[in-house]
Amino acid sequence: MSVSTGSDGIKDVRTPLSDADVRSLKAGDRVRISGAIFTARDAAHARLAPLVDKGEALPVDVKGQIIYYTGPSPARPGGVIGSVGPTTASRMDKFTPALLALGLKGTIGKGYRSQAVKEALREHTAVYFGSIGGAGAVLSEFVKKADVVAYADLGTEAIRRLEVDGFPAIVLYDAHGGDLYQDGQKAYARENA
Amino acid sequence: MEHAVRDIHVSTISDAVKKLCMDANWRLEPDMLRAFDRALGRERSDAGKQVLTILKQNAEMARTRQLPYCQDTGMVIAFVEVGQDVHVTGGALYDAINEGVGQGYTEGYLRASIVRSPFDRVNTGDNTPAVIHVDVVPGSTLKISVMAKGGGCENRSKYVMLTPAAGLPAVKDFVIECVKTAGPDACPPLILGVGIGGTFEKAAINSKKALFRELGSPNPDPMLDALEQELLERANRLGIGPQGYGGDTTSFGIHILTYPCHITSLPVAVTIECHAHRHKEVVL
Repeated sequence: MSVSTGSDGIKDVRTPLSDADVRSLKAGDRVRISGAIFTARDAAHARLAPLVDKGEALPVDVKGQIIYYTGPSPARPGGVIGSVGPTTASRMDKFTPALLALGLKGTIGKGYRSQAVKEALREHTAVYFGSIGGAGAVLSEFVKKADVVAYADLGTEAIRRLEVDGFPAIVLYDAHGGDLYQDGQKAYARENA
Repeated sequence: MEHAVRDIHVSTISDAVKKLCMDANWRLEPDMLRAFDRALGRERSDAGKQVLTILKQNAEMARTRQLPYCQDTGMVIAFVEVGQDVHVTGGALYDAINEGVGQGYTEGYLRASIVRSPFDRVNTGDNTPAVIHVDVVPGSTLKISVMAKGGGCENRSKYVMLTPAAGLPAVKDFVIECVKTAGPDACPPLILGVGIGGTFEKAAINSKKALFRELGSPNPDPMLDALEQELLERANRLGIGPQGYGGDTTSFGIHILTYPCHITSLPVAVTIECHAHRHKEVVL
């Protein structure tokens, strides 16, 4: 079991994740993610898509893994990574269901996802986490190691393997249809907006 | 009265732009920091307060470690006011600005986020070119205002051509609709630049220009100031909140800039700006 609840109520999540781990996560849960996660955004997804379509091996095995939608800023000399906050997830919606079908268990990003992604999260038992957009400097503190593992020519858009320790996130969409955005916003929406 | 022409060498311009790019990304302006504090004072949502607190920490860490506030260090938008008695020497003004952008982004460890063509998507490697708007004004100074404009929020910017008959109520509804569709994707709390009037392109440029006004300062036109306050109040009743997690702080401010327009037209452009509102200016 790679999910446990800390004394502060925050759930510690360690990669890779099993279906049971994913099912234990609910929209609104605050989490700390530790272990290896992989970065990929627009350009990397565009290269992965034809491989998925043809059933060929991907440069990283996504089974049980988490993809973080981010393009970090360059590390300073001697540093691990630059700022590393999330990018808008919906641009990857087109590619996500196929990756979930291959066993991807989580994505980290910001913003709404399509209905197709929501349904795929339920069908394949996976979760969508949010990290705070625009908090890239703070988030860089939780990245202990970063290595480019594929598509180095894409620069910031290359696929990187990040070793993270206690990376803070929140469950935006869970595998049961839960949606933090809907629940959270309903509570504060007022008449006559 | 005769004015002596004042020479400004391109290297002075490049050096200034380089510094503005780095500073903008490392050090949020005081108007933004005050906005975080104001919002923390009235936000009811715990999740919202937590986001705002982390963003304040993020600003502090960015400043002290010279790390970009956001990894999306933006596309550089430069508004340049060239005094008509200024003579730029040693090269071309636009090249000098782009030279400064390239140096600032490379030497400042800022992300290169610009592709050379919308189709082949090959990264230019140094975040050039900038989007440059030049106005010629009286005087012998050269003012450069830069904004490092993030892509996630820019992608939610919108334009509409309304009819004069639809008028003010339609303008208001359109602005609020923009806040709704931007939602969490654009990293709220948002700042909106609204260009109303002019033509298709004038409204869009004014929507960017409006963002340079100090956040929290009143619009010099009392009618527009009241309109800004009304729209801000409505935006913050939507419940979207910081990062869209729910709350009272969906927007930090809405800035309107108007221009005369044709009898047939009512153009409205809305630039969506995120809380990583990185703007700096210098007068040479």
